[in-house]
Amino acid sequence: MRGRGKAKETLQACLKNGDFMVGFAILLSVFLVAIFAEQIAPYGYTEQLVGGKFSPPSSEFWFGTDELGRDVFSRVVAGTRITLWVAFIGATLELLLGVTVGLICGYFGKWIDRIFSFLTDLTWCIPGTILALAVVTLLGKGLTNSVIAISLVSWASYARPVRAKTMSLKNMAFVETGTAFGESSFSLMFRYILPNVVPSLIVMVSMSLPATILSTTTLSFLGLGSQAPSPDWGLALSIGITYIVNAPWLSIFPGIALVYTVLGFNLLGEGLRDILDPHMKSQ
Amino acid sequence: MKGYLIKRVLQGILLIVAVSILVFSLLYMMPGNPVDMIVDRKVSVEKKAELAHEMGYDLPLPEQYMRWVKGIVVDHNFGNSTRYKVPVVDLLKDRIPRSLMLCGWSLLIEMLIALPIGLLCAIKKNSLFDRFTVVFTLILTAMPAFWLGALLILTFSVGLKILPISGFKGPEYLILPVFALVSASIAGTIRLTKAEVLEVLNEKYVTTATAKGLPKRTVMVKHVLRNALIIVTVQVFMSVPWLISGAVVIEKIFDIPGMGGLLLNSIIVQDFPVVQAVLLIVAALTVVCNLISDLVIGILDPRIRISMGGGDK
Repeated sequence: MRGRGKAKETLQACLKNGDFMVGFAILLSVFLVAIFAEQIAPYGYTEQLVGGKFSPPSSEFWFGTDELGRDVFSRVVAGTRITLWVAFIGATLELLLGVTVGLICGYFGKWIDRIFSFLTDLTWCIPGTILALAVVTLLGKGLTNSVIAISLVSWASYARPVRAKTMSLKNMAFVETGTAFGESSFSLMFRYILPNVVPSLIVMVSMSLPATILSTTTLSFLGLGSQAPSPDWGLALSIGITYIVNAPWLSIFPGIALVYTVLGFNLLGEGLRDILDPHMKSQ
Repeated sequence: MKGYLIKRVLQGILLIVAVSILVFSLLYMMPGNPVDMIVDRKVSVEKKAELAHEMGYDLPLPEQYMRWVKGIVVDHNFGNSTRYKVPVVDLLKDRIPRSLMLCGWSLLIEMLIALPIGLLCAIKKNSLFDRFTVVFTLILTAMPAFWLGALLILTFSVGLKILPISGFKGPEYLILPVFALVSASIAGTIRLTKAEVLEVLNEKYVTTATAKGLPKRTVMVKHVLRNALIIVTVQVFMSVPWLISGAVVIEKIFDIPGMGGLLLNSIIVQDFPVVQAVLLIVAALTVVCNLISDLVIGILDPRIRISMGGGDK
């Protein structure tokens, strides 16, 4: 466990790290927009014909209006909630699956580990996006299903490092002491080993969140994720591309919002990696 | 080395077999039965049973699987598309070359740009060029392929009007898609090349070579570049699957009638024989590419060759 001095040191390292601070600032702004979405957005995101159809950006409609006369700015603002929700649910699912499997495989080893290794090799036989497409076929279209599909495809990237870490921790003195005191395997895995994996997990989560967001948005873009009239940025971009010649603002603004958010997560991840896991930096 | 080779090939075959079983069972994991997906709701129960018998859907599953595999291996028959009512092979025949052309050109151009940049960044670490590249790749990784595609269309087709927006009628129709696909995956390649070259630069044999008093040029060419080339080869093969999945998106944006677009449409209308065929082909391609890259490393890098031949994995 980290002491108070260590926590203070980490905090200071965070404040000094440029990547972390910029990423943090970007994400803070995104979170604030998501929280105060109703206050910021001048119109409801499904409200039609607030202006004319396809009005270009103006002082009244900052980002213009879309094919149904909806305010693009209000829709982009409403979309922040979807993106953050996707990030949250995706990370939770991937963590639950990846950490559990990684712990079990690393702890028990032998045939359980063999089966798992084969399964991960198997999921790596088909490129992520394509595998996610196949899973969505089974589950059906929709945002929740596409997040589940992405998590099912990408949990292995958590399981591998957790497994490796568990294997090395399993033989450490403190775990052996626990065994000697008659602790159950469950308790050894989750109370002894897991807390020691957490620092690298934080880094892993922050590094994989951008990928989760981008993949889910891609599925929405391909028409398999969020369905109309959702203000999902991926969906907005797929509609925007249809009208790209006459109404380019439909594709430009949701895209900027997406890149801005993902960049925030990327920077935060890079910063956290440098602060918490200096060994990974050289890799 | 021979034992290692046989082991890897067997592993690859095992993986493809496992994928084929998964892909095959895709059809049966769906609610409802396969016949219902083909025929109209109004068709009578007797007629459905007859159809099921005709298509072999009433056989036990393992037997059906064997028939399916035999069809693919012996007759190259992936079944008939339920939507287009033609053999899947006919659908794939025109589309695979288009996708391969898109991916092949992208791969070539990506390597030609990414490798020198990655190398230069590693050699001149923390220079202005390196810093600029770091920021540039960071922004590029945050950009989804479909937005990049949209921006390219806006700039070159809508704005400058020098390239076609979408479709596939000639070589000029390939420029923007290749550009988009390259931009979408180049950041990762640059970063990886840089990281690997940096690692090579820190190796003891490079220090030894420098300490021996060899000129910097010789060290770079004979020791660093040679070893970095191994990474390059691996990169080329490993990025094929990435390009294929990127191609799904790019083909949709630019309306290219390729394999990715076919897969996407088939998923949407639940045309399973096509989905199965495309997944299987992609998986086989990935396994083969991984295999080749493993073998190439084995041949080029004596250290790995020895550890792989003797070790467990």
